[in-house]
Amino acid sequence: MCRLFAVTSNDPLSPMMALNALNVMKEGHDGSGVGLFLTDLGGEFEKFKNEPILSGIFSNDGIKALDRFMIDLDFMVKYKLSFRPTKPTPSGTPKRDNYVIRVYEYPAEWEGLSQEEIQFRLMMVQLQLREMGEKDKSMLIFSFWPDVIMIKEVGDPLTVAEYLGLDRKELSARTILSQGRQNTNYSIDIYACHPFFIQGMSTMTNGENTAFVPIREFLMSRNFPGYAGYQSDSEVFTHILHYMQNKLGMGMEMYKHIITPLKDDELVRHPDGKMLRNLKQSCRPLIIDGPNCVIGCLPDKTMFMVQDSKKLRPGVVGGRPGIFAFSSEMCGLDAAIPERDINLDDQPMRYETVIIRRARQEIEKWNQWDALPHLH
Amino acid sequence: MESMGRVTPSTLSTKDLPWQILWNKEKCTLCGGCTAVCPVRAIDLGVHRKRSLQVPVGLETKPGNLFSIYHGIDQRTDPAHACVGCGMCTMVCPNGAIAPLHSEGIDKLRFHVNQGGEPRRRGGRRNNPDSVLDKIKFIRISMLTDPALDAGRHEFELRTLLGRVLPPEEMLKVSRENGWMPPVREIYPLVIGSMSFGALSPNMWEGLQMGVAYLNEELGMPVRVCTGEGGCPPRLLKSRFLKYVILQIASGYFGWDEIIHSLPQMKEDPCAIEIKYGQGAKPGDGGLLMWYKVNKLIAAIRGVPQGISLPSPPTHQTKYSIEEAVAKMIQSMSMAWGFRVPVYPKISATSTAMAVLNNLTRNPYAAGLAIDGEDGGTGAAYNVSMDHMGHPIASNLRDAYLTLVKLGKQNEIPLFAGGGIGKNGNLAANAAALIMLGASGVQTGKYIMQAAAGCLGSEGDRCNVCNVGVCPKGITSQDPRLDRRLDPEQVAQRVVDLYLSFDTELKKIVAPLGRSTSLPIGMSDALGINDADAAERLNIKYVL
Repeated sequence: MCRLFAVTSNDPLSPMMALNALNVMKEGHDGSGVGLFLTDLGGEFEKFKNEPILSGIFSNDGIKALDRFMIDLDFMVKYKLSFRPTKPTPSGTPKRDNYVIRVYEYPAEWEGLSQEEIQFRLMMVQLQLREMGEKDKSMLIFSFWPDVIMIKEVGDPLTVAEYLGLDRKELSARTILSQGRQNTNYSIDIYACHPFFIQGMSTMTNGENTAFVPIREFLMSRNFPGYAGYQSDSEVFTHILHYMQNKLGMGMEMYKHIITPLKDDELVRHPDGKMLRNLKQSCRPLIIDGPNCVIGCLPDKTMFMVQDSKKLRPGVVGGRPGIFAFSSEMCGLDAAIPERDINLDDQPMRYETVIIRRARQEIEKWNQWDALPHLH
Repeated sequence: MESMGRVTPSTLSTKDLPWQILWNKEKCTLCGGCTAVCPVRAIDLGVHRKRSLQVPVGLETKPGNLFSIYHGIDQRTDPAHACVGCGMCTMVCPNGAIAPLHSEGIDKLRFHVNQGGEPRRRGGRRNNPDSVLDKIKFIRISMLTDPALDAGRHEFELRTLLGRVLPPEEMLKVSRENGWMPPVREIYPLVIGSMSFGALSPNMWEGLQMGVAYLNEELGMPVRVCTGEGGCPPRLLKSRFLKYVILQIASGYFGWDEIIHSLPQMKEDPCAIEIKYGQGAKPGDGGLLMWYKVNKLIAAIRGVPQGISLPSPPTHQTKYSIEEAVAKMIQSMSMAWGFRVPVYPKISATSTAMAVLNNLTRNPYAAGLAIDGEDGGTGAAYNVSMDHMGHPIASNLRDAYLTLVKLGKQNEIPLFAGGGIGKNGNLAANAAALIMLGASGVQTGKYIMQAAAGCLGSEGDRCNVCNVGVCPKGITSQDPRLDRRLDPEQVAQRVVDLYLSFDTELKKIVAPLGRSTSLPIGMSDALGINDADAAERLNIKYVL
């Protein structure tokens, strides 16, 4: 089973902090891969808060193709952090030429474009690069977005981190999602590795999404080019979140109402039952059946955790003002923030959404039985 | 009377018939029950002369004949009275002295059932036990990565929607603007398919309605039953139970005068209106209620004279194009109930189904589409229509679902599949397979008749005399002497039994797939079949 660890802190942290917590939970994962999502960046990247950062893995030919493509689009490299490991590759990790993190300056002609248009174009560049790379396996693209870095690789998380030198001081972030396991239920495909990313938001999931196929069909038929990929059944959780926020204009309090709506007889008793019933019907193909624990991060750096309606996976949130962590296992949280008040830890149940805002002051809980705020 | 020994082209021996009556003289008590109960009078009481040869010992007395008679039965062999294999004779025989036995070879009767130039008409089904649905397996069993759910202990919400569901963006817009939200019913995914008052006996109808009412009101299962084209008894129209009923309108408009006139007295809206354009058992052919069954009661409810055959036209005569037929009728019916009742068409499965579907996607009032496959049953049709016309449901439904997926409207227009579900007894497995192929729900009639009322029909051309009103179980008869064989209370009990057992079986299918919170519509990754061509056609996994 996947092990998940996410942390959000007022002070930038090295990704190693999250990976060490994953390592504590190692009994529960097979050490077959690692995925990292870093945002609210510190270190060197703090200077480039608004410029898009490209994260991916490139062959030497891939780098050349990337350069040509980006120059044609008039993207200029502003800063880069590349790893070209020279040490022998760890067991199970393929030999790669270049791990790339590059900050680009926007093309001059993008100036004056609406935020929405810029965000759409960034996504399209990411998709185009991914498509180019898929032909000859020369590029693997994980994200292209301001203030976001993603690193994914096959192999044991801690060994891969040491191999890549992820403890370097340039690399730090206030918000980190990390996952320790490749998608070993199926054949290895790095695009199946959590966390998943779309337009500034990211999620990672524990468990197998049994309702994957109808959800994928629904998303793919929304005519939005970003709803693609789906090498993993968990990618749909990120896209449902995106669909809810960007297409339906709804806040985080509605996520559970979409993926795990209240039962018909429960809706009768809910103060907003009528509206929620309509939503349940309209979003019926997005209902998940679990077993899933979803941890994610929104573009405003709010982090959250939700469970499926049967609460079949573990998940705990704890910390203190200034730093909070989400962990699939208690031992990961204990290792990461031992000096917290464990009485304030929270394990969200079937109706709950747990949220930590960017201020990182408290654990906010949202219950599906609560009246909806924006309707009144 | 013809002279004995004359042989005509249609003279048949019992061996030429599909069913032979085996009768045991030793066991027979000569009670006459079998001949009385036989719906087609295939057996007569017979007086048989028997000669015994008397050969005494010695030469003194010459051998002689001893003539005696014995009483028994004779099987008639003329086409009109050929045994239909219903087995009622066996059922009434106190000693088990009589039973029909199906002939091993192909009968000769089939060449002679067109006496007077009238092709065979019958009730029943296609008489072909093949079923693609039976071959579909559920292969995506949750194991260690996502433990299977407990069918007995988990909470399940296995309901479906009937009605036009707005896409989320539009639903929010309509909510904001207080606009018209199409009516949507949350119903149980197994609907009792359209069987008309007239095709069914009053006792059968009453039993079905009572069973459905019990399921809804006592067990909380939102089961719905469709009337078929034959109107609806006025007391039901004006009762609160109408909300469990889908009223059907078809090309004969039978009973609709009564329905329209009852509108002001209706306490509840019906669940939905089904506009029948086609029927799987006899696609391209209209409904048919033969004169035998049009008695005083049926005539009154349908608004027709007594004792005449009621063939509905194959299509709605007042309409000439799909836009007219579908859009106008849907809109008119919606308007009749103030746009509070879902209205959807039902068509025969056909290679032209996608044209209808595409049209519906552009009609904001269309509440769904019911597709009825070739294995559907009927109370009366020409044999050739039943046996040779039509399209199997599985691929037609799958095509329809994938068409909707392509358009992004798979949740907006619910598809209901019918025709052959449970034809070999596998109701839950067949229903689940169709749901995972993309159906929002299924409709079934024959299984209900067999399980709830003991219909004797089989896929081997057994009984099938529904058309002439002589149903030996009183299910499809309109003769009070036959109807009283069927106790409505017991039918209701059996309806409840079969729904409860279906529900358990459905859970036993979906729980191991890891599904419980919503019906797994379109979960095609769960399906496999050991036929490569079928797998490719249905876009599911080929498994060996």
